[in-house]
Amino acid sequence: MPEVLKAPLVVEFPFTRSLGPVQSAFLTGLRERVVLGVRTGDGRVLVPPMEYDPVTAEDLRDLVEVAPTGTVTTWAWNPAPRRGQPLATPFAWALVRLDGADTALLHALDAPGPDAVRTGMRVRVRWAAERTGAITDIACFEPYAGPDLDGREGPAAVTSEPRPHDGQFADPVTGIVAEARLDYVYSPGRAQSAHIHALADRRTVGERCPECHKVYVPPRGACPTCGVATTEQVEVGPRGTVTTYCIVNIKAKNLDIEVPYVYAHIALDGAGLALHGRIGGIPYDQVRMGLRVEPVWTDDARFPDHYRPTGEPDADYDTFKELL
Amino acid sequence: MTRDIAVVAFAQTDHRRTSDELSEVEMLMPVLHEVLERTGLRTADIGFTCSGSCDYLAGRAFSFTLALDGVGAWPPISESHVEMDGAWALYEAWTKLLTGDADTALVYSYGKSSPGRVRDVLTRQLDPYYLAPLWPDSVSLAALQAQALIDAGEADEPALAAVAARSRADADANPHAQLRGARPQGDYVVRPLRTGDCPPVGDGAAAVILAAGDRARALCERPAWIRGIDHRIEPHGLGVRDLTDAPSARLAAEHAGAYERPVDTAELHAPFSSQEIVLRKALRLGDDVRVNPSGGALAAHPLMAAGLLRIGEAAARIHRGESDRALAHATSGPCLQQNLVAVLEGDPR
Ligand SMILES: [Zn+2]
Repeated sequence: MPEVLKAPLVVEFPFTRSLGPVQSAFLTGLRERVVLGVRTGDGRVLVPPMEYDPVTAEDLRDLVEVAPTGTVTTWAWNPAPRRGQPLATPFAWALVRLDGADTALLHALDAPGPDAVRTGMRVRVRWAAERTGAITDIACFEPYAGPDLDGREGPAAVTSEPRPHDGQFADPVTGIVAEARLDYVYSPGRAQSAHIHALADRRTVGERCPECHKVYVPPRGACPTCGVATTEQVEVGPRGTVTTYCIVNIKAKNLDIEVPYVYAHIALDGAGLALHGRIGGIPYDQVRMGLRVEPVWTDDARFPDHYRPTGEPDADYDTFKELL
Repeated sequence: MTRDIAVVAFAQTDHRRTSDELSEVEMLMPVLHEVLERTGLRTADIGFTCSGSCDYLAGRAFSFTLALDGVGAWPPISESHVEMDGAWALYEAWTKLLTGDADTALVYSYGKSSPGRVRDVLTRQLDPYYLAPLWPDSVSLAALQAQALIDAGEADEPALAAVAARSRADADANPHAQLRGARPQGDYVVRPLRTGDCPPVGDGAAAVILAAGDRARALCERPAWIRGIDHRIEPHGLGVRDLTDAPSARLAAEHAGAYERPVDTAELHAPFSSQEIVLRKALRLGDDVRVNPSGGALAAHPLMAAGLLRIGEAAARIHRGESDRALAHATSGPCLQQNLVAVLEGDPR
């Protein structure tokens, strides 16, 4: 078996998301260093606030302001922060019930070590220096031993009442861009690895189905008709036939090809299905079904740059109609 | 409408840390062939096919369509896919068979976590407004739940370690498991959870065949009849929930009829040791119930297949005559967010 091929693969997907009225007020509030919750029909205060009651599903719009101080309801010590997490040094994850709220908010808690953290400890919001209207406007929580809102010292139970808030701020945040990046090490599997290895020698290798004998190029490891592994490797081409094509009139970003050009399905000789490639070396309006073509390789290329006419007579329609 | 529907065959891969040399369909195909072989059915005999998988695990877009090649899906078959654990694919197939549209169904699922960093990948399933921007990884969220359990006096670290040790000891008898046999609990990954409290990261696949009525009896000596199956979900806000309980699992169990008579076996999808303790309580499982004889998710945890594995393992015990009435559970999301419960029974012996 040839060596397993591997390559880094980065998937990035910045979703742009709109906010509902409650989420908009909450995130705009964070930008203004105000923590808002929402009151449910049965009088509970949810922080972070939701658009809908998690029990009754009713619309929630009754905003209240709660304190930036609160109590840890559970925690977990994270000795090795990962990319994107709120702090780069070891920290505690904590669910924090802010004073005036009935539910808890997840965030990081900056503490010197696990021995400095316990359920029930008092904490307060540490605001980010630059705030944009996002949950990360809270940089983290930090231990807090100062007076609470009622002026009492220390970890005494807090009875501070949430205050009604109209949720109105200048220049409200109405959407967020949720950046995401995931890193992979991609390996294409047995059949595709063999195909890619052969391409390095400028050979196109497909695989034959042991049951229906169709040759798949590029091979994916299985015959979708028979549901069995394709195992026998078969070299196809290098010449082939244009089975169908289209004329591309719009220049693609980052692609240095003059338009118009032809993109075609090409059935390589011996292949049971067509692959696709660009047709060059012939005016775009002279490409036709049945045109015989061959690959053109450029230096150091891992696959043919394009296909050009061989000069042979066109293939008869009957020879490729099953491959359309 | 009532129609008796049973799991009549089950197959799984060996679950391994990596499967670099195989594409997803190459990993899956032997399992599909094995499960079909057990019944003597061919793809063309199957009335409905349903799969569960998640493209984010391996970072391969539309991987489930490539996986379909292994089924033999051309010319087109009656087929569906859920971007969830295969247990939910089984639920869809069960409803399809209930309608009478099909008499047999192939259900499969697979997960190839090795190409990515699964703790990061799973953050992308969280609330995108309040949680995902903080990248809270799956172990950290489970650790918050474990600490809540410890604070409530319902567990301590030795209790967690005992769950881990029992699971891996049981896995010794399971040739497919990834972690077999005793091993040290190791260091904290995210305190209070140690390496031993966490599931292995790995690749694997599972498949089952469902059949209705007499078809099931013809295909299997002792079908594992699905007496009830239901799935329920918790509110998505973690801070709204009581993390020491799993009311959605309890509700699903009620609807599946789990409390009507005691079960002798339970296959619980508890990726973390602490979650088994939560589930035992929520599902009211006594000490006389054999929990996770397969080793459970602590011994092998191919994401998207691990829940279907629980149903398959429970059914296989009924097939072998080692259980008469078993509960199978699957979960999805952080801290037992969504829960499915199936109750399986064998005919009296
Ligand atoms: Zn074939």
